[in-house]
This record gives sequence, C-alpha cells and structure tokens, in this order.
Amino acid sequence: MLDDFLVRAGLAAVGLSLATGPLGAFVVWRRMAYFGDATAHAAVLGVALALATDLPIGLGTLTVALAMAVTVAGLSARGWAMDTTLGVLAHSALAFGLVAVSFFPNVRTDLSSYLFGDILAVSRPELALVWLGSLAVLALLVWRWQRLLTATLSEDLAHAAGIDPDRERLVLVIALALVVAVALKIVGALLIAAMLIIPAAAARSLARTPEAMAAAAVVVGAASGLGGLGLSLWQDTPTGPSIIVVAAALFAISTVLRRA
Amino acid sequence: MNLGTTSLATMSPTATSLLSADHICVRFGSDEVLHDISLKVDPGEIVTILGPNGSGKSTLLRALLGIVPVAEGRLSRQPDLRIGYVPQKLTIDRTMPITVRRFLSLPTRVTDQAAEAALARVGMAGEGAEQMTTLSGGQLQRVLLARALLGNPQILMLDEPTSGLDQPGEAAFYRLIEEVRHQTGAAVLMISHDLHVVMAASDRVICLNGHICCEGTPRVVSNAPEYRALFGLGTQGALALYRHEHDHAHDDGHPHHHHHDHHHDHEHDHA
Repeated sequence: MLDDFLVRAGLAAVGLSLATGPLGAFVVWRRMAYFGDATAHAAVLGVALALATDLPIGLGTLTVALAMAVTVAGLSARGWAMDTTLGVLAHSALAFGLVAVSFFPNVRTDLSSYLFGDILAVSRPELALVWLGSLAVLALLVWRWQRLLTATLSEDLAHAAGIDPDRERLVLVIALALVVAVALKIVGALLIAAMLIIPAAAARSLARTPEAMAAAAVVVGAASGLGGLGLSLWQDTPTGPSIIVVAAALFAISTVLRRA
Repeated sequence: MNLGTTSLATMSPTATSLLSADHICVRFGSDEVLHDISLKVDPGEIVTILGPNGSGKSTLLRALLGIVPVAEGRLSRQPDLRIGYVPQKLTIDRTMPITVRRFLSLPTRVTDQAAEAALARVGMAGEGAEQMTTLSGGQLQRVLLARALLGNPQILMLDEPTSGLDQPGEAAFYRLIEEVRHQTGAAVLMISHDLHVVMAASDRVICLNGHICCEGTPRVVSNAPEYRALFGLGTQGALALYRHEHDHAHDDGHPHHHHHDHHHDHEHDHA
C-alpha cells in the first residue's frame, strides 16, 4: 500500500496535522504567527547549510530552525520590539538561505520544493520521519498541556502555581522547530505558518474548550491535506499551495457556520 | 466591625506566620521600587496593603509570590504553604475558547463536584458552562476567587481584586472575602488603593509608598499623618463619612493624635 506515492502523501498530510493542530492552537492563542514564519524561513538557510556540509537536510533545517526560534524567544523575553525584530530576522534568514542555496547549481532547479513543499515525492523514510516528528511534538504538548495552557492564559497565575512560563515558552519553541523541520517537505517554508494558523483559526469557531479547538484543528488540517492532494491531482496545481487553499476554504466555511 | 480593635485571629500567640518578608528590597535595573520592607501574615488574618499608584504595592505582592526576584532581604513561608492567588485582571484572548468549568481545572484538574461547590461559594452556581470571555468584570473576579479556593488555600493573595467593579460590586466582593475567611479560616493578603472600602474587612492595614509608611488597624492608619499625606483630602472626606456612619468611638483629639504619631514613628524606625 505504501508503494503508492499518493497513499504516502496522504499519510504524510494526516501525520503532520497531528502536530500542527494543537501547536497551531497555541500559535493562535499566543499570537506567535510571525514567530512561526521566522522559524520556517530560517529552515531555508538550514537547507543551504546542510548542502554545504553534506549533512542530512532534515538535521540542517532542524538545527537552524531551533537556533532561530531560541534567538527570537530570547529577544522577546528581553523586551525587543518583536514586529521589527522578527521582520528583520525572518526575511534575512530567507534571503541568505536563497542566496546560499544558489551556490549549489544542482539544487537550484529544485528550490521550489523547499519553498512550496513536494509532498508527492515523500519517500518511505521521510514518511516515517514525518510521523515520528509529529508524534513526538504531540506527546510533548500532551505531557505539558496543563502547564502550557496555564502559562498561556496568564504568566502570573502560572508563577503563583509554581510553573515557570519561560520554560513552557521554550517547550513551544522546540515543538515549533520540530514541526518546521517535518513540514518543510510537505507544505514548504513559505506556507508552514499557514498550516499552523489556518486550521486552528477555523477550529476556533467550532469549539468551546481549548482541547476541542486543538482536536478540531487536527481534523481541519487533515481534511485540508487530503483535499489539497485531491485538488492538486484534479487540476494539476502545486500541492503545497493547494493544501493551504483548501484550508482557507474550510476557514471561510467555519466563519459562516459560526454566524448561522 | 472590628475597627480599632484587634481581631481574634491576630491575637493567637502561638500561631506561626504563614509568610514573612525580612527587610526585602526590590529593584528594576538601578531603580529601587521597594526598600526595606518587613511584614508577616498570620493564619486567619486579613491584611490589606494600601498605597497610591506607583507605590510598589503590586510589586510587593508579586515579590511575595516569587514572581519578581528580591534583591536584598529574605522571604520565608511555611513549608508547602497553599496559596490562592487572584490576579488584578485576567485578559483572555478572544481566540481561546474556554468555559468557566475548564478554567477551574487549571493548573490542577478538579472534580465536577468540587468545581460546582467552589462556584456556589462565590455565588456563581450553575455558571460552569459559560465562556470566560462573556463574563462581566464582577463575575470574572468571582470565578478567579473560586479557582483560588479550589486549592484549599491557607492564604489568599488578591491584587486589587475589585479594580474593575463599581462601588456596590466592590462592597459585595469584600463581604464575600470576609465570608470566605470566616468559613475556611484562610488568611487574606490583599491590595487596595482605597482604605474606606476595605476598612471593615481588614484586621491590619499596611500603608505603602516604596517603603512601609505606617501600619496598624484600619483606624490607626486612617489617623496617621503619613497616610493623610499620601492620600490627601479626598479619601479623608470619604473616611469621615464612613466614620460618621459606623464608628462608635469618637474621633481622636489632636493631643492624643500627636502622641500616637510619635509612638508610631518610633515603631517604624525599628521595624
């Protein structure tokens, strides 16, 4: 069954949404959207560094994404103006990455697969990595759930209950870097943040508790992945953007449902 | 109520303090916002920290909670002290759906029965299914109090719990605090910027302006010149009205008042 590229692509999309659903909910609650962008854009720089050093691409993206995420989290804890700082870091990382990748002539033609993903080319080992990475993120979030939720609601309430909000922020930052490394192949660096935010935003209208919103975001994410694959096959459109197009459509439907 | 008299709770001679601060200083950068603060809270006692805006009263509470680091001095609390904290305000992002019931289970999950009992105690029975973001200011404060009570606290710490309420709401909330103290025996340490609304519910008042200006029973503080210097005539007028309505004792005469000031300064120098 796994021999079929379409089955692998579908499983990859569903696996990824297990992580992007709950993590995306935190990104929405904590207004970390731009933060997700910066981390994802840094992944392109990670691709270039991996190519230069002959390391696995996944390791390169994970390392650079983690470095970017920890840097941004550290700067924000010290009270830097986040809008500007993130803008500078995110776009610089993307630009440096693109310039650096251009030094590898054999990759240049393939660049769009890092920017927009290449889910139809997911191999068996890559599929295993997607599921392992996603399940690791999911397990991390479930384990820390009560603490993460308390720290997200109010840092003071967390402190008073003996929870260190900085540590919980670090947990989310690590989870974000992992998801970026995993999702790069599927939706690409430019649209990872969309995969985090749009399903969670669609789920907001349908949920009454944080857990319900996270679960609904998983469902919307998986449906977007499968729907995007279908759209891509049917209309011969690029798959990564097609997934986001379906997610956006589901978001629009959810806002109408809420009004009704 | 117990104006000018010491309450039973503070007279218990064998009680050890729940928490105490010993000559603590708090600095933000080179700016010393709190200097040389010493205080303690005994079991069952209601202590109010009073001060104008910028006097460091919120910082003091946050230092006692361990949120803000202390630059000098020593904080101590009873081992495994159960603290119920009610923050000044809680702004829940509209993007987070959360019911009152779910909120009560943070960070420790509680049974439905315990949650409903806590809601009933604060006059919010049956409101568990409400979304937190739809609550009024007064309802939110009650839910925050209910959550704090679920940990079965030995001390409640409240940071201007009534800042978003109108005057009747404020009065009702302080009555509720006193009731809770009565029912659970929990001590209360709270912050206010207005003496007359907390007067009836407080055993002891600490007047703060970067340092402790004066402290004592509500009436001692209301007569202290340090207090009057900080809060001026506006509150004094309200106090006079309050006293006229409720105080059985006559206002202190000037000579006595003067004597009291000396006594008070003397205490303060050695505090």
